[in-house]
Amino acid sequence: MKTYGMRAAMVAALSLSMALPAVAAPVKPNYPKAIGKGEGELNIVAWEGYAQDDWIKPFEKESGCHVNRKYAGSSDEMVALMRSGGGGQYDLVSASGDATLRLIYGGDVQPLDVKLIPAWKDFLPNLQSPPYNTLKGLHYGLSYEWGPNVLMWNADKIKEAPTSWSAIYDKTYAGKITVPDNPIQIADAALYLMKTKPALGITNPYELTQKQLDAAVVLLKEQRPLIKKYWALASDEIELFKNGDAVIGAAWPYQTNALKADKVNVMDTVPSEGATGWADSWMLSAKSKHVMCAYKFLNYVSSPKVQAQQAIYFGETPANPKACSEMDKIEAGSCEKYHLNAPASYYKQIHFWQTPLPTCTNGKRDCTSYGDWQKAWQRVKG
Amino acid sequence: MAHAVSGTGRAGRLGSLLWRRPGLSLAGLVLPPVAWMGLIYIAALAVLFIAAFWSVDDFTGEIVRNWTFANFQEVATSPIYQKIALRTVAMAALVTLTDAILAFPMAYFMARIAGPRLRLALITAVVLPLWSSYLARVYAWRLILAHDGVLNWALRGLGLPGAEIGYTNTAMWIVFSYIWLPFMIMPVYAALERIPANYFEASQDLGGRGMRTFLKVVLPLSMPGLVAGSIFTFSLTLGDYITPVLVGGPGSDFIGNVVYANVGVANNIPFAAAYATVPLVLMAVYLWLARRVGAFDVM
Repeated sequence: MKTYGMRAAMVAALSLSMALPAVAAPVKPNYPKAIGKGEGELNIVAWEGYAQDDWIKPFEKESGCHVNRKYAGSSDEMVALMRSGGGGQYDLVSASGDATLRLIYGGDVQPLDVKLIPAWKDFLPNLQSPPYNTLKGLHYGLSYEWGPNVLMWNADKIKEAPTSWSAIYDKTYAGKITVPDNPIQIADAALYLMKTKPALGITNPYELTQKQLDAAVVLLKEQRPLIKKYWALASDEIELFKNGDAVIGAAWPYQTNALKADKVNVMDTVPSEGATGWADSWMLSAKSKHVMCAYKFLNYVSSPKVQAQQAIYFGETPANPKACSEMDKIEAGSCEKYHLNAPASYYKQIHFWQTPLPTCTNGKRDCTSYGDWQKAWQRVKG
Repeated sequence: MAHAVSGTGRAGRLGSLLWRRPGLSLAGLVLPPVAWMGLIYIAALAVLFIAAFWSVDDFTGEIVRNWTFANFQEVATSPIYQKIALRTVAMAALVTLTDAILAFPMAYFMARIAGPRLRLALITAVVLPLWSSYLARVYAWRLILAHDGVLNWALRGLGLPGAEIGYTNTAMWIVFSYIWLPFMIMPVYAALERIPANYFEASQDLGGRGMRTFLKVVLPLSMPGLVAGSIFTFSLTLGDYITPVLVGGPGSDFIGNVVYANVGVANNIPFAAAYATVPLVLMAVYLWLARRVGAFDVM
């Protein structure tokens, strides 16, 4: 009897593992009735600069939820982390728009009840239910902050401020250029080609046909000999600029702020071609063990004060326009500097990160997938 | 006490059983490590190999458990993956050669010339860096080789032009050679120390001068030590992926970086598994050759 039971259990376990869903699907809602007592712990995956002590420590004190932070350098890494160990190792992730759909369709995140997050009603209208975090009226993500990928340079070495992305594609600064080590960087090249080679017919830098992708790869391969290093972490780029190895490159405003704080004379701009950028959302793991702490955190980071602190620390724009006065309180004029006073026109300049999909928006299946981009990026890097 | 000595206790009974059946005690000794190897090591490799035949859904990134040779096909036919494998092997070979050339005189001095006190001091000096973090040492090199780093600062102080070797394959070669040097010195030292002094005298008695003694006596007898050291330097370089990230530049990716990018970043574990079999095969061939030279006798 005993051995039979054992064997049955083994067979059951085996067949269960074989029957693991080959096709994942978005998770159904499982809302808590109310935000109750915290579980004492919260594990988050965030961008560097997204979980600073300035606002995490007060949250820990106020909520009793100890926050364990894990920084990720790319959207791909965030997706991989949220799936590591079968999911559920991390509760929240600050995913950008090129990761959100992968997480939703991968069944890795669960819908959020925005009724439990009152500040959501105050958010900018196009960030309340954007297509990259809201599916059929279900909010899989809560918008957080957004901003452009900028062109940054060392103003001591480059006197005349560059105004075009051509600065990182031509030979003027050969051997002193750095760009992110990230397949989504292909979109930056595509954006540049969209303006400089209209004959290619690129309309959206994230929807490239094979021919357009090949053209972007050619441009990036020409750029490669000019590159000092492809940076993997923001701290890498900061070190490159500090030690004089790089004088110009693609960056996040975070690096500009960090370098300025270190007395390195850097400047940044959104060049004339426009810029790629990110719109981040906090997403809750489908297997989270600390849902109460997560909701407390979501409420906390949606508050005008924290949105303002985050925006100024990283150099980006909050989703909650009520943060405007708080921003000016921390740094006079910062609300205008980050365009929170007129967000609509600024929002249009930025081509926000999306997941490249094989099916283009026009329904044709001739676009290249993110897998194609990853392979192309390896070819570029060599 | 008395019980145990007379062999009537439980432990005593077990002891006498093992004494009567020597095979049993051997099995008891060997089984745990074999089970460990089998479960943890071999099984993991088997899972890795099986995963290499799967694929990944383009959109969700979920693993699709359908048998396919596509991953191996790509590894074998795509020029970029051949180039990266070749770069990795070439660097591993170059580092091994560099370390052998650097380690031999050092080991020879330690084994045959230095007095006991100096020898101890030298051994300590060789092993000491291994006590500090690998990462700290690589980061230190990054700061040394940077544009405004220590090296260029010294060169400019001497009125020389700066060397632009930070973030290049040259930087990787220097750092690898530095980091794995102790792993070459120690086995070569062990091999040289074993050569009986009278072999040198015999060679001299037969008219062999310094060079001839070196080529005919010292080198052949230290060869197993060199090969043992090369196993370390070659395999450690072959499997590394941190040094390329930290001190490499564009075009410095190793096999390990592609594996890392596909597991941790791209989430394409099947392809990573397929590519990971490349160094596995390379190392198996290398070890087989090393065994034929007798390298395992001095390890």
